[in-house]
Amino acid sequence: MSFISVFDVLGPNMIGPSSSHTAGACVIANLARKMLGTELKEVEFTLYGSFAKTYQGHGTDRALLGGIMGFQTDDERIRDSFEIAKERGIAFRFIPNDTDTDTHPNTADVHMVGTDGRVMDVRGESLGGGKVRISRINGVEVDFTGEYSAVIVVQQDRPGVVAHITKILSDRNVNIAFMRLFRESKGNTAYTIVESDGKLPDDVAEKLRENKYVRDVMIVQ
Amino acid sequence: MDFKNGAELLAVCEAEHISISEAMKRRECELGETTTEEIMKRMQRVLEIMKHSAKTPLKEPGRSMGGLIGGESQKIDRHYEEGRDICGPVLNRAAAYAMGVLEVNASMGLIVAAPTAGSSGVVPGLLLALADEYEISDEQLCDALFNAGALGYLAMRNATVAGAVGGCQAEIGVAAAMAASAAVELRGGTPRQCLDAGSIVLMNMLGLVCDPVRGLVEYPCQNRNASGVANALVAAELSLSGIRQLIPFDEMLDTMYTVGKRLPAELRETALGGCAIAPSACAACGACASAALPV
Repeated sequence: MSFISVFDVLGPNMIGPSSSHTAGACVIANLARKMLGTELKEVEFTLYGSFAKTYQGHGTDRALLGGIMGFQTDDERIRDSFEIAKERGIAFRFIPNDTDTDTHPNTADVHMVGTDGRVMDVRGESLGGGKVRISRINGVEVDFTGEYSAVIVVQQDRPGVVAHITKILSDRNVNIAFMRLFRESKGNTAYTIVESDGKLPDDVAEKLRENKYVRDVMIVQ
Repeated sequence: MDFKNGAELLAVCEAEHISISEAMKRRECELGETTTEEIMKRMQRVLEIMKHSAKTPLKEPGRSMGGLIGGESQKIDRHYEEGRDICGPVLNRAAAYAMGVLEVNASMGLIVAAPTAGSSGVVPGLLLALADEYEISDEQLCDALFNAGALGYLAMRNATVAGAVGGCQAEIGVAAAMAASAAVELRGGTPRQCLDAGSIVLMNMLGLVCDPVRGLVEYPCQNRNASGVANALVAAELSLSGIRQLIPFDEMLDTMYTVGKRLPAELRETALGGCAIAPSACAACGACASAALPV
């Protein structure tokens, strides 16, 4: 069992009204923003289940938009995130989806377009108490929480790529807490997600990209 | 150093001759690999947010996002200022503060989940009201929060604090058990008396359902934060008077969890039962009516 801190009980420090619908939404969007890794131009949030039904009364929309701009769960600017996003020239849209019912009750899809044209889709689930799980990246099922420093490698599914990743990390003395591989199908795009205890060194992404089968590297910490 | 349940916590306290707050601090430092200085600093920030969210609505009422609540805290304060209160200062203040925190929460203000956002008024409500009435320093309040955190941790570990899993008894019930225990320690009670106070609260709030009108953290949630402080205050009084409990805290936690799991889904935060479907609540909502319309 993972350690339950006194600050998990008396916390999170958060903008209300709901740890799952407000704080959790903010955390999901923050993770999505880090995965995009570039300035945001447009964002579209699709909301499922309870998120779809009650997002306005819970400020889920403001929290998602605040999170995508990098506001933390206790940032009072979340309340004004619509106005702030407009000032920053970010186009945003919320689409409640009442028809898909096989998702976790508090699920949001985040569709992002960067100022450099980069497009990315991330699905997050808010699990309660401000805890979240990222369950999909660009259509591929994944699983990570963002509670650890994570490196996400987008690669072609070929022998030797994982060895390349672990070598780069071990050369830099990174202690791996969890490591998982997800793929669309054999030989196609695969995602390796490595979570580590400490902060990741600055040159990790650059070194990982040196392998010809590595298409992209995202650092979330 | 760790403790998995109330019995182990009590054994640690009695063997080391320490309070529950001290045991929780030692556990936090050891398992969280941090220092007393660091955790006290973080707890002071928690206290600061609690004070601000509890006291601001007395003078500056806000309106909730869903429009169901706002201004209640100020009314209780005025009632008190006019000398017309019937609860006495501690309970009147505690109710005003507890409802104030929920008002701040529902209007997208900054609060500390304790243990959840929907129950965030109970712990600060009671502790800050006691601090108004007795000479209690911020350091003692921080210690009291560690005490409250210990019971909350046990509830998270061995039962649940989610309304969707265990009903309101798991949210306000646990929050009130935390507040009662902390109040007992603040007023000089023993660790055993703290846990007994927690046991009394869980017993008295057993079976309370989670039935938020329109699915929002507003109503009846705000009222129940006030009832949570009342339950906590009574439980602390009983325990400090020397009344022992037949059923210990661990067993009440199990009982609460078992009862919670047996609650029908309609009464666990889905807004499909209880207060949420009372005719007046439905009239204030209209979600079902609009959902029933052809798309």
